[in-house]
Amino acid sequence: MKIREIAQLLDAQVLCCEEELDAEVSDAFCCDMMSDVLAFATNQSVLITGLLNPQVVRTAMMLDMHCIVFVCGKRPTPEIVSLAGANDIVTMVTEHHTFSAAGRLYETGLLHGE
Amino acid sequence: MAALTFHYDVDGQDFSSAGEASVAVKKKLRQLGFPSDVIRRCSIAMYEGEINMVIHANGGTADVLVEPDKITIILEDHGPGIPDVELAMKEGYSTSTEAIRTMGFGAGMGLPNMKRYTESLEIETEVGVGTKLTMVVKV
Repeated sequence: MKIREIAQLLDAQVLCCEEELDAEVSDAFCCDMMSDVLAFATNQSVLITGLLNPQVVRTAMMLDMHCIVFVCGKRPTPEIVSLAGANDIVTMVTEHHTFSAAGRLYETGLLHGE
Repeated sequence: MAALTFHYDVDGQDFSSAGEASVAVKKKLRQLGFPSDVIRRCSIAMYEGEINMVIHANGGTADVLVEPDKITIILEDHGPGIPDVELAMKEGYSTSTEAIRTMGFGAGMGLPNMKRYTESLEIETEVGVGTKLTMVVKV
């Protein structure tokens, strides 16, 4: 699935790295605890979260993720967006809640990783 | 390749900057051409340690020794020390505050994760004096 399709499925607003929207991703991880993302994420390239701080971006960087979806209309600060932008991580915000966002993506074939 | 060393001071006052040293090391390892799984394991282990130093110990220092066959990460702080290392190694055990958990950390996975992603994790700690972690990731 292209990152662009994720944005469309979630009616999300893309906040940075629009030039990366045609990148392909196949797996996602969904969590607000970055400790758990670090412990349990494997090869997922999309992070769906309701947590808003720069550590979300750094956690995604450590795991070589390509895209962060902020749920519940939670809009990251310019500092967070610019950190993601500088590291080529597509960042978007959706009004969907976590369950709904994850469900929509799962339904269309995004997987949960190995 | 001769051994390379990198030194970082980890600021304990600013949670939002926590992880900057790990990000810098990750970029250096990538430039040096290490395999992606090695970079990933180093990055996660060091990031967990760096976050711990900020959360629990008011910062500290990070030294990374890069050799062709292994990467050694040494994290040293002058924080409160770990009273019961065996307990701290249990998944889910944490002494973090609610404030830390609202920032997405403190699930009790830090030390177990460092052990999981490295070939060796050595913990030298003394209550009231500080903690030194030495982690080795083999290439």
